[in-house]
Amino acid sequence: MGDLIANLGLGFGTVFGLIPVDIPGLGVVPIPLNILLCFVGCLVGTLVGVLPGVGPVASIAMLLPITFKFDPTGALIMLAGIYYGAQYGGSTTAILVNIPGEATSVVTTLDGHQMARRGRAGVALGIAAIGSFFAGCVATVFIAAVGAPLTRLALIFGPAEYFSLMVMGLVFAVVLARGSILRAIAMILVGILFSTVGTDLETGQERMTFGMQFLSDGIDFAVLAMGLFGVAEILRNLDHTEVRDVVKQAIGRLLPSMQDMKDSAKPILRGTFIGGILGILPGNGAVLGPFASYTIEKKLAKDPRRFGQGAIEGVAGPESANNAGAQTSFIPLLTLGIPPNAVMALMVGAMTIHGIVPGPQVMTKNPSLFWGMIASMWVGNLMLLIINLPMIGLWVRLLKVPYRLMFPAILMFCSIGIYSINSLPTDVFFIGLFGLIGYALIKFGFEPAPLLLGFVLGKLMEENLRRALIISRGDMMTFIERPVSAVLLVIAIVMLALALLPSIRKSREEVFVDD
Amino acid sequence: MKKLISIAAAALGLVAGAASAQTYPQRPITMIVPFAAGGPTDVIARIVGDHMSRTLGQQVVIENVAGAGGTTGITRAAGAAPDGYTIMMGHMGTHGAAPALYPNLKYDPANSFDTIGMAAGTPIVIVAKKDYPAGDLKAFLAHLKANDTKTNMAHAGVGSVSHSTGVLFTSVVGIKPTMVAYRGTGPALNDLMSGQVDFMTDQIVNVAPQITGGTIRAYAIATPQRSPALPDVPTTKEAGLEGYEVSAWNAVFGPKGLPADVRAKLVDALNKALSDENTRKRLLDLGGVIPEGAERGPEALQKLVESEVARWTPVLKAAGAVAN
Repeated sequence: MGDLIANLGLGFGTVFGLIPVDIPGLGVVPIPLNILLCFVGCLVGTLVGVLPGVGPVASIAMLLPITFKFDPTGALIMLAGIYYGAQYGGSTTAILVNIPGEATSVVTTLDGHQMARRGRAGVALGIAAIGSFFAGCVATVFIAAVGAPLTRLALIFGPAEYFSLMVMGLVFAVVLARGSILRAIAMILVGILFSTVGTDLETGQERMTFGMQFLSDGIDFAVLAMGLFGVAEILRNLDHTEVRDVVKQAIGRLLPSMQDMKDSAKPILRGTFIGGILGILPGNGAVLGPFASYTIEKKLAKDPRRFGQGAIEGVAGPESANNAGAQTSFIPLLTLGIPPNAVMALMVGAMTIHGIVPGPQVMTKNPSLFWGMIASMWVGNLMLLIINLPMIGLWVRLLKVPYRLMFPAILMFCSIGIYSINSLPTDVFFIGLFGLIGYALIKFGFEPAPLLLGFVLGKLMEENLRRALIISRGDMMTFIERPVSAVLLVIAIVMLALALLPSIRKSREEVFVDD
Repeated sequence: MKKLISIAAAALGLVAGAASAQTYPQRPITMIVPFAAGGPTDVIARIVGDHMSRTLGQQVVIENVAGAGGTTGITRAAGAAPDGYTIMMGHMGTHGAAPALYPNLKYDPANSFDTIGMAAGTPIVIVAKKDYPAGDLKAFLAHLKANDTKTNMAHAGVGSVSHSTGVLFTSVVGIKPTMVAYRGTGPALNDLMSGQVDFMTDQIVNVAPQITGGTIRAYAIATPQRSPALPDVPTTKEAGLEGYEVSAWNAVFGPKGLPADVRAKLVDALNKALSDENTRKRLLDLGGVIPEGAERGPEALQKLVESEVARWTPVLKAAGAVAN
């Protein structure tokens, strides 16, 4: 405990410390450089998060050269700020324009956008910010206190465990989708099918690429999400003549009421816990966080039918989960030196450019960097709350912009954003194509969210299944012999069995609902 | 008349050529890196490009065009106008292993480019899980041979450096372990640390932190000299393995047909970068190997590309590795 306080003290000292900087015209002046960089990072992150398509990966890559000029601690504090700032900003886009910028904000579109459509955009944004702030605070202390020992969890998870985890995730999705359960399964399967496009990892053979080179690396998640959600949403909005209902209604209060806070308190707590734990898993276990949180909130709710219709719990829980996960995903990076996702891989690059080799020794070799970064996360979360709450009014006012002016801008940002990721013109064509597919699906009553989930989990599931079987030399027992894997599979089977009991079947709820 | 026009055109061309010699570069230069930002090739390109910008007086902008083991970016760069405003960072995979791995490759590593020079190599290290029952490389090789079919070798995907160098390792040693593919080095290392897989070969920059942190063990480094980044790890030769010296080299290329003066300016800028104290320190901190003397420059690189294609093609073809 004493260590923890001493370490956090060192961290906050680093963040708030004055650093002499040579300012032209003023000479060398000591200024709180790190805190300024933290602020700049959070601000840039919020902006790129809000712009549909311009994600944290692209913006961190673009800002990498600027950080050459700073010392590594300041540079990494800024880059980390961009990362979790973008998580905040991404929720704004998910809620207001129904575009999930990242896999983790898919779930936010379900109820968040419904709240916006019902004139509660301000409250949705407010609760997302508050939930994220709370999750961020808890995750910071969590990383500081138990980060190092918890990395052992990451090492328990081998291919067999990952496969079982993904099976559990998909079973949750199927079991809890009601009414159109067949359609939900169909969409998940289509998602899994999409995920198999591209060069086969084990053999190097191309699958379903039709000889087209740009398909050889598979379909990009951002392309699929932006097309199915962003472009399809625009098409849907354009096909009925009325402008958007959101615009005509009062924007409503920005700050959540006492009742809203009461409804959200427990979901925020649960979301923080679930998201935090799943965030530690390398191999992008964090994508399951918001989804698991949503599923649980719906399961626990007295009236699950409200979900998908703008239930505040459906925003509060997943938003807390995704922010907690965003922060705990620094644990494998800082303690094992293994990046769990694309943004973290960029952070590794940023560290190596600055001559710091990420890995287990960062904590002992560069303690001020390690603890400074952790302390900066808490400070950054506070800043984000301060940046975001007054700006909610601004974002919501965006909705008042006539749609005929807004949709070309959204389309333009989507196109620029997607091009900036891989510099591939075909990606831009593909968001158009997936937009048409998404529009057709909506018209026929299929929901795109399960498809996206199948896509994200499908790839991990297939690769880990084959990897586990290769390691076990084809022995299926490996999934049962390994205790963690067995437990996950048992949970999945129990969920499935419960769903098959008719009485429970009646009360089965909807996880994925579009209007 | 026709003759007159052609003479005039030639004269104009000469003037234009002379003008370009004096004024190149007039705008920022794009260096295409065929991998995602943050990886070893990207980091080396950014460090070298940063210093080249100072010599050239124009920003060298890094553009990451990832895909298909780097061949997507190199294909695009090969088709760019040879005016010196588009150059690329090629590497062992794109300019050595690719012809064997990609039968439909749209460029020829040895003939589609004007070489500028080697930037930096990152040595390959043979690593295994930390409780692998072998004290040194000799014991490791003996144990591998005795447990051939039971051993799992991890790699970061067909076409990656760890895959090509791993295939070379198995063919030099004469073993056929089970290959387990991962999407990138990170997840492969994770499973190596937890002991799910037994060993792999990869670039020093990817594995050095885990080696010094004691979560995996290193048996040898595949270079003629030991690396200052891992002074305790013996070279393959010292440890008793002949014929396995390999490094993931990164080198600067331009599209075929660069004007001689433009090419000379780029060669000079690269040389200055590689002689700069600060740039060298940053490359060495990564565990990089910097080319010296005769190893630098366009001719040395041209020879290297030809010998690398000749080296990788039979090894990878024999292993039946194809990426598409």
